[in-house]
Amino acid sequence: MEAFDILLTTSFWVAAIRIASPLIFATMGELICERAGVLNLGIEGIMTAGAFAGWITVYAGGDLWLGVAVAALTGVVFGLLHGFLTVPLGLSQHVTGIGITLLATSLTYFTYRVSLPEVTSPPKIEPFQPFAIPGLSDIPLIGPALFNQTPLTYLAYVTVALVAWVLYRTPVGIAVRAVGENPSAVEAQGISVTAMRMGAVAVGSALMAVGGAFLTMSAFNSFFFEMINGRGWICIALVVFGSWRPGKALIGAILFAAFDAYQVRLQQVTGGVIPYQIFLMMPYVLSILALIVVARRATYPKALMVPYQKGER
Amino acid sequence: MRLEPKPTPGLATTLLYPAGAILATIVIASLLVLIAGASPFNVFWLVAKGAAGSQFALLETLTRATPLIFTGLAVAVAFRAKLWNIGAEAQLYIGAVVTVVLGTGAVAMPTPALIPLIMICAMLAGALLLLGPAVLKVRFGVDEVVTTLLLNFIVILFVSMLLEGVLKDPMGLGWPQSKRVIADAQLPRLIQGKRLHFGFVIAVASAVVMWVVMKKTTLGYEMRAVGNNAEAARFAGIPVNRVLMKTALLSGGLAALAGFSEVAGLKGNLTLDLSPGFGYTGIVVAMLAMLNPLGVVASAIFVAGIFVGADAMSRSAGVPSYIAQVMVATALLTMVTAIMLTRYRIRWK
Amino acid sequence: MNAEGGGEAETVLRLSNITKRFGPLTASDSVSFDLKRGEVIALLGENGAGKTTLMNILFGHYVADEGTVEAFGKTLPPGEPHAALAAGIGMVHQHFTLADQMTVLENIALGTQSLFAPRFDRGRALARIEELSRDFGLEIRADALISDLSVGERQRVEILKALYRDARVLILDEPTAVLTPLETEALFATLRKLVATGLSIIFISHKLNEVMAVSDRVLVLRSGRISGERRTADTDRGELAALMVGETIKEPEVVEHSPGDTVIELVAVSTAGRAGGAPLDAIDLALREGEITGLAGVSGNGQAALASLIAGTTKPESGTIRIRDEIVSDWSARAALAHRIGRIPEDRHATGMIGDMSVTENVISEAYRSPRFSRAGLLDWKSAEQFAETIIRDYDVKCPSPNARVRLLSGGNMQKLILGRAFDGEPQVILANQPTRGLDVGAVAYVHTKLLEARNRGAAVLLISEDLDEVLALADRVIVISKGRLSPPSKRGELSVREIGERMAGHGFADGVTDAA
Repeated sequence: MEAFDILLTTSFWVAAIRIASPLIFATMGELICERAGVLNLGIEGIMTAGAFAGWITVYAGGDLWLGVAVAALTGVVFGLLHGFLTVPLGLSQHVTGIGITLLATSLTYFTYRVSLPEVTSPPKIEPFQPFAIPGLSDIPLIGPALFNQTPLTYLAYVTVALVAWVLYRTPVGIAVRAVGENPSAVEAQGISVTAMRMGAVAVGSALMAVGGAFLTMSAFNSFFFEMINGRGWICIALVVFGSWRPGKALIGAILFAAFDAYQVRLQQVTGGVIPYQIFLMMPYVLSILALIVVARRATYPKALMVPYQKGER
Repeated sequence: MRLEPKPTPGLATTLLYPAGAILATIVIASLLVLIAGASPFNVFWLVAKGAAGSQFALLETLTRATPLIFTGLAVAVAFRAKLWNIGAEAQLYIGAVVTVVLGTGAVAMPTPALIPLIMICAMLAGALLLLGPAVLKVRFGVDEVVTTLLLNFIVILFVSMLLEGVLKDPMGLGWPQSKRVIADAQLPRLIQGKRLHFGFVIAVASAVVMWVVMKKTTLGYEMRAVGNNAEAARFAGIPVNRVLMKTALLSGGLAALAGFSEVAGLKGNLTLDLSPGFGYTGIVVAMLAMLNPLGVVASAIFVAGIFVGADAMSRSAGVPSYIAQVMVATALLTMVTAIMLTRYRIRWK
Repeated sequence: MNAEGGGEAETVLRLSNITKRFGPLTASDSVSFDLKRGEVIALLGENGAGKTTLMNILFGHYVADEGTVEAFGKTLPPGEPHAALAAGIGMVHQHFTLADQMTVLENIALGTQSLFAPRFDRGRALARIEELSRDFGLEIRADALISDLSVGERQRVEILKALYRDARVLILDEPTAVLTPLETEALFATLRKLVATGLSIIFISHKLNEVMAVSDRVLVLRSGRISGERRTADTDRGELAALMVGETIKEPEVVEHSPGDTVIELVAVSTAGRAGGAPLDAIDLALREGEITGLAGVSGNGQAALASLIAGTTKPESGTIRIRDEIVSDWSARAALAHRIGRIPEDRHATGMIGDMSVTENVISEAYRSPRFSRAGLLDWKSAEQFAETIIRDYDVKCPSPNARVRLLSGGNMQKLILGRAFDGEPQVILANQPTRGLDVGAVAYVHTKLLEARNRGAAVLLISEDLDEVLALADRVIVISKGRLSPPSKRGELSVREIGERMAGHGFADGVTDAA
């Protein structure tokens, strides 16, 4: 019974949405990349870099929003690198993505050590504070969960709406989807495939980096090593789970986060009978199971992971 | 800008571009060293000295290279067949778990029987661990990149659970670590009193065996065909799915040997920091070697040298040792670019 | 078609001295011509004559090494498709450039609004598409997904794409290759309407009768050069054919002989539905010794399913496969090879060869497990290389060495390697799926000769081709495939092209199916 009661507590739903927020950013970022035909396995590293870049900006005296902007810019830089190597040069998206993750992660750790050589425990910043939206936050249960969060969470909601709008209702969105379906369709209409894909990867990577920054600037208040802890890989699973659609991916992210928040609380309820590692494993296991369920039916963007060569048959 | 296939390159070109890649990596690393406020010449001198400047340094480099040879081979084999095994880290830990389970007294046998038994069981465990994602890929179309990556996290948590549970060393002062393997299950040291152990010999022998497999056997031929063009391979009657399964078994088994050799040869017991990312670094090692098994030995030693050298340098020059990881990641990206440039030329119009 | 008869009309397009080289090959050799308003030029030439290269330059996909393209008096910047589009040049590619999972509307409007516009103006686009399709008789459902459309409908979308952008010059690259004769008629009717409004058309083809039917002027291309220019009214098929081919390459002669025993027989075979064409629907087919059976049909009607069934890459869902009176229950590519079926796949690059492996590695791909090439799992590279050298010599393959990557070979040489591999060991059945697609005249004749040689020595040959002329020239009997069903066979010369065309459109099948595709 106790296990069920968790679902009725406000703190559980508040936590679920908080856990979902970085996933929402990064999932939308990956979704944009893949919709344009580029798998971005740099996500894990880009989130790490974004988490650090945002945090160090604030630590150095910058405004919180400036931190978000710097994080996004960091994402753009790595995104352009990934884009350059995989789009015009046509290198393996798998290998390059792993390389970007290794590079972004190690550069982050290196920079951390160079900029803070003396510290033993990571210094703290003043993070984003929850901001209750008047009226809406008074709705029982879901009110505080959805509408008493930090501004970055609200930005995550806006991002989903914006991504959905752009992909389906604007000329540039149509071009992004087309370039992931059939690049020659885009080329034949006088649009550069390289520019579209690199642009999509840059924007998508910026969102990933903001997702990482959420962790250091909203969920927690400092940067520590290995804090992304596989969240990027989970976002890749979430994109598949959401069949490359922003709305479905959002639902996937929230479900996943709810599950994650639930397992933490369940650990306390069960009181140590089951090793805690089992609970911690569940999100990863769940991601794999979700992939098995949807993978068969999934309609991939047709040109995902297919490099494009101008004028090729 | 377009890419045009080049005629089969000569030896000079084959070596020229990779050399350029290494040079580019050094230039980029030098910039970072400058930012960190040190002299690149001094730093690289210290790295080189730390990696190969003394007998101790050299042996340390070879010791560090040993697990990288195994994970590098695992990745090289899998990537040849375009099976994207990013889970060598997990397979390594499973191999280590099996080594500890069998090597801490559960099985009593003389060394010449016990060690091969442990090796075979470790390989089997690693092989089966990768078979899962391979089956999911073939049967359900689940991308193995994601599954192998996620399995890394699952397996680490699993190992953590074991180390706080059934495998916990009662004499370990509460630390999450396993008991030490018995003397019969330990690999001998190659030089008395030094850390370099027999695992290095097994690693090099594995590389030679894998070279033969890839070059001379039908299995190696099948793997290359499947990796280059699965559709054409299927048309020619090559059983693509079965080849992928065999590849998975081989790759997982090789990665598991890394865990075996670290426990039985070097550490003696299993802890959660057994591998500082050997599985991921294996990807770099394999790519630097252009997936050639013999090249893996050389590139593993090179990469290990950077790590060992950077550790030594960091102590004296004050540049964070993470510079080694940056260099390795940069080398991966510049090397894949270089390999592409040996096969294609860029035409700007 | 030109009401004004040419001559005085305004020049809309001028190509001057266009030259393009790919490595040692000159794909386009100082080609120049003008296109007048309201004129239809046919660009005639064999495969590999340089037609498509020329159009890719015109449209900005390629940059010419020399020469200029002028549209309406202004020189186009090279290598910029959007400049060509802006200048009013529209192109209907041979392989459609459509995004399958998107709607007709989205495909047509793609790139017509500024990419920075905040909103896609759906209503305006819809109104304009409806207007255009009404004016030119190009019926289409604007909100349909491309993947739900037939080939003919997709071509309509391609034409609408050009018209939507106010194209004044329309380039059609082999537009009839994928159409039934009826659809071809409809296309020609549309083109006439377009020309009547002052549009100019470049019609690229290698089919003489179409060129004669549709154009005002014919430019014949051969090996990248213009080998002749004629007003359509002043020429005939014979003259054009001579200009097109140059030195006459002798096509092999078919000597009538009677077929032998049945080698392979399909009885009531159906296959599972799969993307990319119709599945087979309870077909019966018997291939006999010493006979070429030609399979005609509009692409996507089950040819792919039949080809992969005989090649062994798909299993029958129901029905039986009998080879020499033995019912084969476990069907696979290996089983097909073991029963001595030689296979020439449709797509050399995607399925026939492994581009980044060597000639040697490619030629043994079907037989590497035989004792000839391996013992106990160890490959005998010496013997493999000898085999490669034998094929290179016997089939006159031009390649630097057996160790060269196959990717570096020309299409014709690649096809010769495939022939050498497939014909090794004198197969009793030969599956030739589009065996001459994209090859130049010489290579075509070579492939034809080899197929006839195989037939003459007693092999049962199944020739699947979209080129009806090829089927009619080689096949001892013709079967038409439509919607996964086979027509009864008819002997060489029994049916006219017209009658075959009707069958291709689905008429005259046993159960009286009459609806056209």
